[in-house]
Amino acid sequence: MGQPIVAVESLAKSFGPVQVLFDIDFALEQGEVHALVGENGAGKSTLMKILSGYEQPTSGLICLDGNPITLPDSGTAERLGIVLIHQEFALAEHLTVEENIFLGREIRRGWLLDKKAMRDQSRAILRELDCTVDPDSRVQDLSVSDKQMVEIAKAVSREARVLIMDEPTAVLTGTETQVLFRLIRRLKAQGVTIVYISHKLDEVAEISDRLSVLRDGVLVETRPTAQTSQEDMATLMVGRPLSDLFLPKSPPVSDADRVLEVERVSVPGWVHDASFDLRRGEILGFAGLIGAGRTELMEAVLGLRRRTGGTIRRNGAALRIRDMADAVTAGIVYLTEDRKGKGLLLDKHLRPNLTLLALDRYGRVLVDEAAEEQALRVAANAFDIRAKRLDATAGTLSGGNQQKLLLAKTMQVEPEIIIIDEPTRGIDIGTKRQIYHFIHDLIGRGKSCIVISSELQEIVGLAHRVVVMRQGRVTGILSGEDVTEQEIVRYATGLKQQEASSDAAVLGA
Amino acid sequence: MQQSLARDAGREARLRRFDLKLWGPFLALAALMVLGLLVNPTFLSPGNLLNVVTRTAFIGIIAVGATFVITAGGLDLSVGSMAAFISGVMIIAMNALVQQLGPGWSTVSAGMALALVLGLVAGAVNGIAITRGRIEAFIVTLGTMGIYRSLVTYIADGGTITLASPVRATYRPVYYDSVLGIPYPILLFAIVAVIGAVVMNRTRFGRYVSAIGSNEAVARYSAIHVDRVKTLTYVIQGMCVALAVIIYVPRLGSASATTGLLWELEAIAAVIIGGTALRGGFGRIWGTVAGAIMLAMIGNILNLTGAISAYLNGAIQGVIIIVAVLLQRGGTPRR
Repeated sequence: MGQPIVAVESLAKSFGPVQVLFDIDFALEQGEVHALVGENGAGKSTLMKILSGYEQPTSGLICLDGNPITLPDSGTAERLGIVLIHQEFALAEHLTVEENIFLGREIRRGWLLDKKAMRDQSRAILRELDCTVDPDSRVQDLSVSDKQMVEIAKAVSREARVLIMDEPTAVLTGTETQVLFRLIRRLKAQGVTIVYISHKLDEVAEISDRLSVLRDGVLVETRPTAQTSQEDMATLMVGRPLSDLFLPKSPPVSDADRVLEVERVSVPGWVHDASFDLRRGEILGFAGLIGAGRTELMEAVLGLRRRTGGTIRRNGAALRIRDMADAVTAGIVYLTEDRKGKGLLLDKHLRPNLTLLALDRYGRVLVDEAAEEQALRVAANAFDIRAKRLDATAGTLSGGNQQKLLLAKTMQVEPEIIIIDEPTRGIDIGTKRQIYHFIHDLIGRGKSCIVISSELQEIVGLAHRVVVMRQGRVTGILSGEDVTEQEIVRYATGLKQQEASSDAAVLGA
Repeated sequence: MQQSLARDAGREARLRRFDLKLWGPFLALAALMVLGLLVNPTFLSPGNLLNVVTRTAFIGIIAVGATFVITAGGLDLSVGSMAAFISGVMIIAMNALVQQLGPGWSTVSAGMALALVLGLVAGAVNGIAITRGRIEAFIVTLGTMGIYRSLVTYIADGGTITLASPVRATYRPVYYDSVLGIPYPILLFAIVAVIGAVVMNRTRFGRYVSAIGSNEAVARYSAIHVDRVKTLTYVIQGMCVALAVIIYVPRLGSASATTGLLWELEAIAAVIIGGTALRGGFGRIWGTVAGAIMLAMIGNILNLTGAISAYLNGAIQGVIIIVAVLLQRGGTPRR
């Protein structure tokens, strides 16, 4: 390997009195895929923000092509060929794909924009990326994975030499991930260096050449991926062997009472005639590709979305749910997959967030703030919510702690049925384990749980039975030996299908 | 470690914003009073101050209601027209009731009750059109603003509706008299503000209002009856308008097409100067009170100086609104 394209030496970074990066030595070779792994809060994002000029280091050296430089502020590092693709996309939703790709560096002819040239170039770039998105479509109308493609197209069009991807697959399905990987390999062949930040160790193993592990602000090790097992990576990340991510499943509960029965629920445009049931003490998994209608089905069941037809029974009795309040009264809660958009009030403190769902338990008219404060201390302890201060705003918590706060919030109403949508999206492995253990604990106490997840490993590791959805229909309900990743994929992709619409198949599982 | 980065940046920004948002309006009010004193010592005389606050009372009471609407992420442009319409109907009704009930307190009480009912209904109409009809608050209240303004012009036949003088004699003290040296309008303003502050800061309803303004989807997913709470904020606004009318009518004893003109903007200005975020989520009743008093004081100080024309009152108010928002943002806008 030649001279590193970007290198940092003895780099440190503090925010006020808090040091977040310690003495980092880190180098990127040209044309490598370099994975950066570490738990939430280990310092990955800060390091990448420094590399892309969004933050300045407190001390230490950054070298570009061997020459020490000071990276210019906020994003102008893009001109030097270092492009950061944010976890949350930085696209202008109302503009078209083409306008986004050329945002800030529009091609002009005289005083006017050369729309044609930009459209042609956009189309060429997208074609090169194997992406079918129309340059004229508005970004707000695109799926999440297509938005990501547009972000990458934008980076490519800026002739990136170093492309930093922060959790690129957090919102992608398996197929979409493979498309992304093909793209990464092609960029690599063209000599582009890619920094790949991810919690998904199997992806790191598959795509990266070398990997660096950050733990508590220290770069623990950089080594070739080929010589590192996923087990090793996990151990390096947490600093201890990680054995018990999933607990052994409790025995199946095929003879327990049905606490929830959903029959023939449809949501126009999303879900067609879906039926399932849930038993006491059961973890029911919901698998399927993104867009299969799992979230929409649950939202319809809970009155958060208009549904046409269908009946819902709770403990055998018909139940009318018009909105979340009815659901909560019936002992059913829902943890949204969109915790920033629908789960927590990011600009409010932890306390009002914790009690928002259960506020009627803190006084009929006046809110008992002392009781709330007490509840927050109890919850922070029970759910291991780590915030610097308990009077911080929810938006300042890390993803894992936000998820634990959301969990604590929904448990405030002492529900019987807990529906969790993507319980561990964007969460580090340590917190994941805590959440899995928590779900087991719930089941142990006689509660029932529905887990919607796009991570097959998670579904297989947790669920007693698995409902697989595809294009708005329930294509299979798997139990016992059939709960395997391979079998789920067959149903999710349409290779196999059960007679799901007949009640016998649905309720007989 | 972006979390701790965000955490630190967030905390710093919050400390700055927090202090300014919380104390800014009161500091500004104090500064304004010092300025007034420097300009003319009579400014701080109890007579002048009571006078200023009495004249603030209508806008102040309406602004307390507007604080709820704005905190829930809404907007009500109709309050000025609504005040004019309720005033007109109230006066006509009282004039008609004199025949049956005589010019005494029974007529006036009936008029007050009618005003409150009208305010409640008008607020409910706004709220239901916005929530059930799923129409932007700006559009709905722009519409009702035109409707009420036009209706009051129609019932006044383009002129002025005047309260019959015997009733007016009975009603007059409600604006001009005082108890223990405090004029009734100030007393009502204070009561409305105290109740408003308790409801906003201490009750479930207040918590729900700010949750909805902060993020409506989160509120819905948290089992809050979003439509009901939002509608209620408009009902509160309507009731506040009715209360303002109840102390406004005895002042002039008449209503016309120009009654309550631009009150909506003054009320919104008072709310914003007081530190309530226009995008919703954070409501500060006491800030609103300070904001309303400041707006009235500016005019008063201009009158007392004579150095600057009182016609520039609006311009100075405008500058203050813009400066207040700039200060509240606390330094550089976030990336």
